[in-house]
Amino acid sequence: MTDAQTPILEIENLSISFFTRSREIPAVMDFSCKVMPGEAMGLVGESGCGKSTVALGVMRDLGRNGRITGGSIRFKGRDITTMGERELRGLRGREIAMIYQEPMASLNPAMKVGAQLAEVPLIHEKIGKAEAWARARAIIEDVRLPDPDRILQAWPHQLSGGQQQRIVIAMALMSRPSLLILDEPTTALDVTVEAGIVDLVRDLAEKHGTSMLFISHNLGLVMDVCDRLCVMYSGEAVETGDVVEVFSEMRHPYTQALFRSIPLPGADKSARPLVAIPGNFPLPHERPPGCNFGPRCDYFVAGRCDAQEIPMLPAGGAPRHNSRCIRVDEIDWDAPPALAATAEPVPPGEVVIEASDLRKYYETAPGMFGGGTAKIVKANEQIDFSARAGETLAIVGESGCGKSTLAKVLMGLEVASAGTVTLNGDQIQQLPVEKRGPALISSLQMVFQNPFDTLNPSMSIGAQIIRALEIFQIGSSAADRHDRMLKLLDLVKLPREFATRKPRQLSGGQKQRVGIARAFAGEAKVVVADEPVSALDVSVQAAVTDLLMEIQRKNRTTLLFISHDLGIVRYLSDRVLVMYLGHVVEIGTTAEVFSPPFHPYTEALLSAVPVADPRVTRKRIVLQGDIPSAMNPPPGCPFQTRCRWKPLVPGNLCETVVPELRPIAGGHRVKCHLTDAQLATMEPVIEVAAE
Amino acid sequence: MLNFLLRRILTMVATALVLTFVVFWLTNLPPNLEKLAKSEGNARMTDAEVTSWLDRNGHAQPLLKRYGEWLGVAPGWTDERDGVTSGRCIARGTLPEDNPAFCGVLQGYWGQSTVFKAPVSEIIATRLGLTGILMFWVMVLMVPSALLIGILAGMREGSRLDRVLSTASITTTATPEYVSGVILIVVFSSSMVGLKWFKGTATSAMDGITFENFFLPVLTIALYGMGYIARMTRASMSEVMTAQYIRTARLKGASFGRVVVRHALRNALIAPFTVIMLQFPWLLNGVVIVETLFNFKGFGWTLVQAAGNNDIQLLLGCSVVAVVVVLVTQAMSDVGYVLLNPRIRVS
Ligand SMILES: Nc1ncnc2c1ncn2[C@@H]1O[C@H](COP(=O)(O)OP(=O)(O)OP(=O)(O)O)[C@@H](O)[C@H]1O
Ligand code: SF4
Ligand code: SF4
Ligand SMILES: [Mg+2]
Repeated sequence: MTDAQTPILEIENLSISFFTRSREIPAVMDFSCKVMPGEAMGLVGESGCGKSTVALGVMRDLGRNGRITGGSIRFKGRDITTMGERELRGLRGREIAMIYQEPMASLNPAMKVGAQLAEVPLIHEKIGKAEAWARARAIIEDVRLPDPDRILQAWPHQLSGGQQQRIVIAMALMSRPSLLILDEPTTALDVTVEAGIVDLVRDLAEKHGTSMLFISHNLGLVMDVCDRLCVMYSGEAVETGDVVEVFSEMRHPYTQALFRSIPLPGADKSARPLVAIPGNFPLPHERPPGCNFGPRCDYFVAGRCDAQEIPMLPAGGAPRHNSRCIRVDEIDWDAPPALAATAEPVPPGEVVIEASDLRKYYETAPGMFGGGTAKIVKANEQIDFSARAGETLAIVGESGCGKSTLAKVLMGLEVASAGTVTLNGDQIQQLPVEKRGPALISSLQMVFQNPFDTLNPSMSIGAQIIRALEIFQIGSSAADRHDRMLKLLDLVKLPREFATRKPRQLSGGQKQRVGIARAFAGEAKVVVADEPVSALDVSVQAAVTDLLMEIQRKNRTTLLFISHDLGIVRYLSDRVLVMYLGHVVEIGTTAEVFSPPFHPYTEALLSAVPVADPRVTRKRIVLQGDIPSAMNPPPGCPFQTRCRWKPLVPGNLCETVVPELRPIAGGHRVKCHLTDAQLATMEPVIEVAAE
Repeated sequence: MLNFLLRRILTMVATALVLTFVVFWLTNLPPNLEKLAKSEGNARMTDAEVTSWLDRNGHAQPLLKRYGEWLGVAPGWTDERDGVTSGRCIARGTLPEDNPAFCGVLQGYWGQSTVFKAPVSEIIATRLGLTGILMFWVMVLMVPSALLIGILAGMREGSRLDRVLSTASITTTATPEYVSGVILIVVFSSSMVGLKWFKGTATSAMDGITFENFFLPVLTIALYGMGYIARMTRASMSEVMTAQYIRTARLKGASFGRVVVRHALRNALIAPFTVIMLQFPWLLNGVVIVETLFNFKGFGWTLVQAAGNNDIQLLLGCSVVAVVVVLVTQAMSDVGYVLLNPRIRVS
């Protein structure tokens, strides 16, 4: 066995390039890091900075056009970069295993789960089929999946996303590798499911002494899982060190900027405003001379930062803490961020939109000859809320809870099954979008999750905004509309030249700005934003979020902000509505919802969100199991299958009776059978240590 | 699944009805009927005589009624003249009471061929049998080689092997059978090149198949279909090879052979399977040409004879068979797709 002194993985000055027809793309340059036995190393950075490339480089699986152009990767002292195919195969799966983002895509759809698991020992060890399957069964139990015999015989598509990811983890651990590489293992999963997976990975790694290379763009998650951290920017490591050390004493402007651009659940918007990183990430072949971060850095000094290649320098005093910043010893790291002009909170006006006992049931079609009965999916059950002018109401919940269905019903893309939606006094729940007049359409608009799908790729940006103006019947002439279009571009802070550009020439954040411009083109009264920033990079999210808030404040628009990101929700919303399986389980002001008493689901949801702040202590409540299917919801309280408070409720009330959404204080309402006294015993989930 | 099958069968029947009706209409256009009258009766009939002949033989009825009779869902026509009742279903010299009222395709009465002077059903049965043998060998040669070529080309996209095989497949698909057939005959069975390995005619194969008399026609048809299937397989294979789960398999430490055989193959074969089945009707095309070229008296050859000699009943019979073949293969491709792909093996 390796002794504690030799690193499991030691990467030195690694450079990796991709060769395309036109040019060489240096994706990773001069990257070094070291993972000791039993250590978990986190690798963070924006999309495209080369994290996955490093991971695949370690596996020597860079595809046909990728090549290691310099440096070395030593695994337990053996250099991987010069290994032969055979030796490499012996390493893969047995000594180093890798897990990547999309679980469904990582499993072979035409092979049973058991066969895929058993394959690993069959390849690497001389054991029989029966023994391999027995091992597969044991490992399924290890990853805490129920009913291993059924799962062994299941096809991948028969499992839920969380279960699939557990199988992928099981597969990686089959041969007890000494290094596990995880590339964004939970990005595609819901927070409460993510919390379970993260717990599992950490426990198993600890149990077997596995070292980990954990790649994520989520700083909070890295802090939860890792011992050490390496921040990457544009193909280079810019800061490495102990996780807590780096988080409490950041010594690189990029790390600091990244940290300041994400909302933390522990802090509120006036104390800690979001600061977006200005500018854009340089493309690998367009890197500036000297420091790569130079053009976006607040501390940039011409003549020094751009004069030479910047080496890794020791930082912060602690051992093994390094930063690639030439001014590391000069910058006042504790200076607070320049405060953006904080806006006065807008006093909410009269009620603009209101839903009452709104329901949306989908009927799945029965067979043509009556084979099988029609199933009813209750996507929305009893939705009650109202929102006032100038107010931001956040709608949170995990995938499948009915958030997007609600948005569709409000927008008229679906008609309600029962209940009412009232907009400015008119009932609109039965009006499909085709029957809505231009005035109604323009006053109720939507910003979509994926800016890539909603823009017409062959039409210029300007033409698309003008088209929206035409639909809303705004503007008297073509010239007037053109004028308004340019003003809208100003509004969303895009240069006017963009009017003639095609969507493909824009970055994700810029496209989303166009989406926002379109939504606000007709002076919308209500804007529904369905996960408007979740498809964007962290450093861009802040800017887009702020833009949305600013326009909303100016126009006194009601914003219905649908999100699963509790950090952002806490940061920007006035009131919060929590949904679970089609029910509103809690509604109240942001302060009420984020502090006890909570609905038991809200409590679990809050505790599942990783926090990138070492001063915050967080109670961990890991929910068992997956969210039930909306096709087959449990009787009684929708949350009863996963609720940890259920034993406190007498009798089998929770299993049989759907609780009322009852007021507990002011406008704060909770759908739970727990008594006020029991609710009062709840403790806060997040606590910020006093400084 | 049962539901799915039922639905498939219903649409199939509906399509078959529509298609056969169209063929019936086309083959029973007035000029064809006039030709029929003249060839059955007397070549020098006057127009009036033709009309009366058509009238006496039930051809003057409305199209839909005639179609119904032919199909066997409407009672056959009867015509009483000079005390003798003749009719569609009444065999000459028998009494009307001894004959059924309905006699159409559904009752197994396919009519009488005017060229071969024999019942259409009999002709089609024997001819189809011969073509069946031809198609069987075509499949035996074509499917495995096409899949193999596709898999080999697709497993390493862009490699030299891929380029060679892809070029070859494009060439064979782009060459129609009447060109490749002639070239093959010239090269392998004529004195012009001198390689008299095979026979240039397959007439003797109707009595006994040998490699010598049968290989060339089989190869001619197979070559054409092979290129297409191979290209589909290649496309499907190279797409599968870039899938995440193939990377998973590679990173498990599986060897390249194992990755291809255990992980890629089944997924890559889903798409080509559909194509193979859909290829079938196209191969019938080739059958017509090749059977004529090699003088192999199968179904395609019969079709040519029927069309050339205005043999309406035989032509109708052939088209029914063709329609059934097309629809059945299509249904098989759907069902096979469902069976191969576990993801849609539900409702
Ligand atoms: N096969 C390839 N051919 C050409 N360029 C590539 C290839 N793979 C990656 N790149 C480029 O290399 C750079 C690093 O990509 P990489 O996938 O490692 O980023 P990442 O940090 O993992 O991003 P993400 O967070 O989005 O996963 C990017 O600029 C990318 O465009
Ligand atoms: S080297 Fe200069 S530009 Fe680069 S991070 Fe440090 S201060 Fe900023
Ligand atoms: S009603 Fe019962 S099961 Fe539902 S949240 Fe409250 S305590 Fe839990
Ligand atoms: Mg990546």
